[in-house]
Amino acid sequence: MKNVMSNKYVIALYTLPALLLILTLIYIPIVLSGYYGFMDWDGIGEMTFIGLDNYITLVQDKMFWTSTYHSFLLAIFSTASLVLYLAISLVLASKIKGSDLLRKIYLIPMLLSSVAIAQLWMKIFDPTNGMANTLLEMFGVENTPIWLADPEIALYAIFIPVIWQYAGFYILIYYAALKNVPDEIIEAAKIDGASSLQIAYKIKLPLISGIFKVTIMLAVVGSLKYFDLIYVMTGGGPNGASEVMASYMYKEAFKLNNFGYGSAIGFGLLVIALFMTWLISKLTKSKDDVQF
Amino acid sequence: MKKKAFSSVMTLALAGGLILGGCSSSTGSSGDEKSSSGDKTVVKMMHLWPEGSSNAQYTIVDDIINAYEKEHPDVDIQTEILGNEQYKEKVKVLSASNELPDVGITWAAGYMKPFVDGKMFAPLDDIAKEDNFVAGTLDAFSVDEKPYAVPLELNITPVYYNKEIFKKYNLEAPKTYDEFLNVVETLADNKVTPITLGNKDRWTGSMWYMYLADRIGGPEALNNAINRSGSFEDPALVQAAEEIEKLVKMNAFVKGYNGLSNDEAKGYFMNEQAAMYMMATWELPNYTTTPDVSQEFKDKVGYFKFPTYEGGKGDIDSYVGGPGVGLFVSEQSKVKDEAKEFVSYLVEEWGKRSVVDAGVIPATVVDTSDVELHPMYIDILNDLGNATNLTLYADVQMSASVADVHLNQIQALFGGQTTPEKFAKTQEEALAAEK
Repeated sequence: MKNVMSNKYVIALYTLPALLLILTLIYIPIVLSGYYGFMDWDGIGEMTFIGLDNYITLVQDKMFWTSTYHSFLLAIFSTASLVLYLAISLVLASKIKGSDLLRKIYLIPMLLSSVAIAQLWMKIFDPTNGMANTLLEMFGVENTPIWLADPEIALYAIFIPVIWQYAGFYILIYYAALKNVPDEIIEAAKIDGASSLQIAYKIKLPLISGIFKVTIMLAVVGSLKYFDLIYVMTGGGPNGASEVMASYMYKEAFKLNNFGYGSAIGFGLLVIALFMTWLISKLTKSKDDVQF
Repeated sequence: MKKKAFSSVMTLALAGGLILGGCSSSTGSSGDEKSSSGDKTVVKMMHLWPEGSSNAQYTIVDDIINAYEKEHPDVDIQTEILGNEQYKEKVKVLSASNELPDVGITWAAGYMKPFVDGKMFAPLDDIAKEDNFVAGTLDAFSVDEKPYAVPLELNITPVYYNKEIFKKYNLEAPKTYDEFLNVVETLADNKVTPITLGNKDRWTGSMWYMYLADRIGGPEALNNAINRSGSFEDPALVQAAEEIEKLVKMNAFVKGYNGLSNDEAKGYFMNEQAAMYMMATWELPNYTTTPDVSQEFKDKVGYFKFPTYEGGKGDIDSYVGGPGVGLFVSEQSKVKDEAKEFVSYLVEEWGKRSVVDAGVIPATVVDTSDVELHPMYIDILNDLGNATNLTLYADVQMSASVADVHLNQIQALFGGQTTPEKFAKTQEEALAAEK
């Protein structure tokens, strides 16, 4: 194996397929969409070069900043919900009865397609026949909310299924990390008289701190480019009350035939996501990751 | 040395796998094309009636294609079928890469215009004869007096109602707007949802607004505002918006209408949880021929024309509606003549069969005297014959970006987030900015 890895041509050959794929599917389209952002293009006819016009409109576009704000709200909510996921994983990893089954149950939403989840939750949120309002009525609430139709609530109503949808994924990551903590350390702590809370706080969490960085990054970037449930459940409505960056981009490009402007939004989204990635990795920079 | 050999073999296998993988799919499809075409002329067609969800239309098109191929043994028609929304998007992508099918489906006016401007659709003035179509339908598919697609369907929009619910509260189908308001009030007082409306889709609410605008200001008011010979701040158009506000305050519409899609809203009517539902005649099969719907429910459904408004200029025989989809021939097509011939054949046969077999009202002039039809169809066809005016859906008349402003304002108006004055002003500004 050593021989193989020292041969530069073989290395190049091995990396070539992946490199080609990532170039054609990711990097070239990024450059292209930045380029289309300079064009006035309806996606059908001729393109005309209009310089920075699209980007200037973008910076002044109130709707774009509203959708950016909504995306950031989602990012904050999903980052906050990481704490909840972590708590669940701590319980699951502590060898309680049935944790195997519970883990599988938490994973189920991840196996469903986004559209199926959206349909399911649209039924739950149905203002007259939905489960949410039927429950509220059972508890005697009179003016039950209209959920997805109320511009004040719609966005938050969608956050619930989003957070529910990704629970399994993050729980799985935390669970795997927690299971990686060697038993000897925990046993040693137990012998020294540490309670299970102390073990969780002082031993387990510090040992898996490297994972936090990864999950926060995933949650933030995933939220910034989030699209599926929003698109199916409200389409960004009512009146843009639940529009996020990706759904706004989609709407401009495919619904309104502004492929040039849509590309500019996509590019703006990329810049924001890159900046956030850089910021998070800077803020969470720790000394060396723990090795065990 | 052995290891090196092993690695080279692995590399080869990997690379080979990739290349072969790439090839197999491409040879597969190209081989396919050849084998079925032989020395035949291949005409590619895309349509939006999948066998599962639009079985009736699918069968008609399929039968017509088979019949055509029998008459023209040298022509092979290959179809690609997608659902409505996917179809809309795929056509845009295909036209951006110049790969439109020879024959395809398009929507009228605003949707079609970029394709015509981009020289994607072939002019069809040689096969589309004005006399063969119901007046006005071909116009919707024309740009600068030249038709670029031929219409297949025609729809008007009545208000369907549940006769049983009406009977229970001693109500009758309203003829005037005051009677209509009385119906709404009685139902709302009795905790029955008067009207179901899926205004998440926005064009649904737009139809309610369009009718009020028509009944108050006559068909010209809205049409002129859109074609810029008038203004959207026309008092009639503002008044229509005020009437919508009033309806909203009376709780005329189903709870949470701004978050319901049209399909969800339709469920309320089909489950008899709402008394009225306004939708175009493409819904007729559900109340007449569709086998999935119980006969008991079908018998309960009636329809009425949107009532007249006291002192308003519009009359009761003026409708919101228009042609649904039409057929285009691609300008880039290498078999344009064959495609055109097939299109004219398809339109003619479609006209003969669509009412009877699919419950779709064709845009072609049809003699239905010798076919047996559900009475509701006969009534609708008669109404259509007596129609004084047909106003094309506002969002179809407008360009995509203005239509978006219009539809957003409709949603805001129904949601109480704008005032009638602001509603009119915003749209006036958007329309004015366009020119």
